[in-house]
Amino acid sequence: MRSSVIIFPGSNCDRDMDVALKKFGFKNQMVWHNDQSIPKSDLIVLPGGFSYGDYLRCGSIASKSKIIKSVIDFANSGGLVLGICNGFQILTETGLLTGILQQNKFLNFICSNVYVKVKDKQNKYFKDLKKDVLELHIAHNEGNYFCNDDELKSLEDNNQIAVTYCGEDGTENETTNPNGAIKNIAGILNKNKNVLGMMPHPERMIDKYLSGEDGSLFFKNILDNFK
Amino acid sequence: MEVTEAVAVDHGLKKEEFSKICELLKRTPNLTELAIFSAMWNEHCSYKSSKKHLKKMHTKGKQVIQGPGENAGVIDIGDDDAIVFKIESHNHPSFIEPYQGAATGVGGIMRDVFTMGARPIANLNSIHFGSPQHKKTRNLLRGVVKGIGGYGNCIGVPTIAGQTTFDESYNGNILVNAMTLGLVNKNKIFYSKAAGLDKPVIYVGSKTGRDGIHGASMASATFDDKIEEKKPTVQVGDPFTEKLLLEACLELMADNSIIAIQDMGAAGLTSSSVEMASKGNLGIELNLSEVPCREEKMTPYEIMLSESQERMLIVLEKGKEEHAKKIFDKWNLDFAVIGKTTNSKKIELIFDNKKVAEIPIDLLAENAPIYDRPWKKTKLPQKLKFDKDEFKSLKLSDCLKKILSNSNISDKKWIWDQYDHTVMGDTIQKPGGDAGVVRVHGTNKAVAASVDSSALYCFSHPLTGGKQIVCESYRNLISVGAKPIAITNCLNFGNPEKEKNMGEFVECVEGITEASKYLDFPVVSGNVSFYNETKDKGIKPTPTIGGVGLISDYQQMLTMDFKTEGNLVYVIGKTDGYLDQSIFARELLNEKKGPPPTVNLFNEKNIGETVLDLARKNLIVSCHDVSLGGILIAVSKMCIKGKKGIKINTLKGLTNKYEYFFGEDQARYIVEIPKASLKKVNDILNKYSVHFDELGTVNGQSIEYKDDINLPIEELADAHKYWLKKYMDS
Repeated sequence: MRSSVIIFPGSNCDRDMDVALKKFGFKNQMVWHNDQSIPKSDLIVLPGGFSYGDYLRCGSIASKSKIIKSVIDFANSGGLVLGICNGFQILTETGLLTGILQQNKFLNFICSNVYVKVKDKQNKYFKDLKKDVLELHIAHNEGNYFCNDDELKSLEDNNQIAVTYCGEDGTENETTNPNGAIKNIAGILNKNKNVLGMMPHPERMIDKYLSGEDGSLFFKNILDNFK
Repeated sequence: MEVTEAVAVDHGLKKEEFSKICELLKRTPNLTELAIFSAMWNEHCSYKSSKKHLKKMHTKGKQVIQGPGENAGVIDIGDDDAIVFKIESHNHPSFIEPYQGAATGVGGIMRDVFTMGARPIANLNSIHFGSPQHKKTRNLLRGVVKGIGGYGNCIGVPTIAGQTTFDESYNGNILVNAMTLGLVNKNKIFYSKAAGLDKPVIYVGSKTGRDGIHGASMASATFDDKIEEKKPTVQVGDPFTEKLLLEACLELMADNSIIAIQDMGAAGLTSSSVEMASKGNLGIELNLSEVPCREEKMTPYEIMLSESQERMLIVLEKGKEEHAKKIFDKWNLDFAVIGKTTNSKKIELIFDNKKVAEIPIDLLAENAPIYDRPWKKTKLPQKLKFDKDEFKSLKLSDCLKKILSNSNISDKKWIWDQYDHTVMGDTIQKPGGDAGVVRVHGTNKAVAASVDSSALYCFSHPLTGGKQIVCESYRNLISVGAKPIAITNCLNFGNPEKEKNMGEFVECVEGITEASKYLDFPVVSGNVSFYNETKDKGIKPTPTIGGVGLISDYQQMLTMDFKTEGNLVYVIGKTDGYLDQSIFARELLNEKKGPPPTVNLFNEKNIGETVLDLARKNLIVSCHDVSLGGILIAVSKMCIKGKKGIKINTLKGLTNKYEYFFGEDQARYIVEIPKASLKKVNDILNKYSVHFDELGTVNGQSIEYKDDINLPIEELADAHKYWLKKYMDS
């Protein structure tokens, strides 16, 4: 499976994503934000970090960068686009995903392991995933997902909510919500379910010496579904 | 403006220093020249009070590639890999403006490291605040933590360990010490020594503004009531630009275009240009009209003194200008050829086609004043005689809970949750352990790092305190299974013009030197911060040691959490029950006198090597050094982290349980041993003639000692984990 990771000035999880993708067998290439086009890919990843310093609003300047038109075209033609953390913020700014990411409820940056519940498996990311609850890792200041009632209803009706923050046993409530996100939302899909944005970092959970290994399941699953 | 003695004094120079300048120059300097002298001759840049003593430090060893004197120290970790590291203070600015002060402290130390060609792989920090009851403490802490996080998180370098303490002596002067480790190929290290004539001098990075003017002078003076007026001397950081600068510099460093490179830190363009020329024994000519400025009508004076962040000065090979410019254009950074190297051995400044300053370099560097300040020895305080009958009214379990929730012992999760500690995907030991550990990317090796200070011990007896922190750093590295390699130090002290403070400095340095020599744990970099004093009240002497160690196979890393029920727990090293200066004495007996615990360097080395041998042979499964608070505190942390209890054996004979459990004797570790390894462990301990006690067995969900203690781990965890969060929320 061929993948491309876009590097914006200020991206800082690009290398980590490259390492993770290659570890599981993706043929990955790095693409500079000023490039006009993206090499032939089966998956495009917008990595975490602080694109353009996150000035103005997280992800907003990146959503107007030169490369982004190719990303949007690719998404609209059904290609898989994955945005992690700042990548998720960029995707909401482009309009490919609905809603916004506000500052965390307690106004602090949070770096911590979290559990997320997989809410929808009818998509190429989570289809046939063996586990329902994954242990992943978050590191963000603006991960508090919000959208209006109509948008929320539409997300729910179309099963676009991908993952939600929960406890180890899958319980979803206020205490298992690290950042105040509406309905504990940690990640969502677009209507066609080819675009996924999520705050947790699967690329930081890919071997047992790191914070955990559930990120491995996520990457392997994308590959399995591609075969 | 006419330059007079009064103007010189306003610039922080002493009257006699001003006469010396006039004498050396054989004329009165103009204002720009005076500014350059004041920047180069202040304490922060010239080390004029400390130089004499720093020379005695132990800085050599076969592991050292570069000792003090460069942007950072460099050590060999095998296979052509080298670690570049340094710690630096940003105390004064952080007290005036905590967010920006701390943020730019982190930015500055990272630049020191990547200036040498290394990619930063880990950040650490040691931060010290006034009493929790002091009205400023909460906001200062909040601001500093946000500043450190705001900068480090954005750059994408994990913050892997740190230290936070509270003491009333920091009420008017907080300490913010930031440390960075970088990884470099040992054949591709860049230095700041200029070489060759007529080579282009390049300015890259952010534009120059009016921020931070007189920053270095501000850091060389004490505070008074008017510190709020000094806010404009604090620099403003832009981590995004630094990230670009980091990537652009590393890209340019991939080939042989750079002759010398130096970041513009304290005293900005002045100190970077003078240092490069001085090290290369050259002159330098700068055309200040070419310096990219962000504000209009900046004068040569302002340009030379600005401490705007995220800027670098490079001496380039001739003909490489276009190649270099392309890289900086790609990263959207300013790039300007602003001068050249000359054979005049002077710094010459041109502005609007006129020469505005001309000073021989040696007057600024080698001829800077050096002081042999008078100092007073601190006598070892009389050892206290505790009334042990008085202890009996104290319940052991109450003492334990009280100490665990002490502000200096309690868990600092509230802080490190705000630092990205996992970015770069190689953090294998997070903050909260004895040391942070990151893998050397793509290899089996890992590097451990820890920051330590013991102001209470140093205050009580600086010589012993100085030795003790080096040993503490050594132990923390060994506790994670790392072989200690070298240290960096940040020497935070009061006013060197006072004999007592100067004496504290001299004797702490002596202690550090003695211990680092004995342990083959040399000092490779560091910085001195004097004048940590407000309205005549100085801080307790707080030398901070940043230690770095190597784990050759990261799978052998140790953590402190108890692993398996039924395993045996040993205390390695002898416990005499040393209570003077202990937390127990302070918190429960309100006794602050007495000498700090004795440091025996032979025992430190012998016991440390023994524990490392046990770790290398995979005979122990967890390890933690015994420090502040004593055995019971150390073992409680191991229980809390492992979510497992311990049944402690009945103490032998006449041992006083309070002394045994809360004494702060040095050179001790607690280790967890699987039963199958027991014989081998005993053999090794006997071979090295190391004293050990069988403390107990990993058991159940409580910590138990006879009828005295029966506390569920959850209750202990509550006492330990939430003090800081509750404090910050209150």
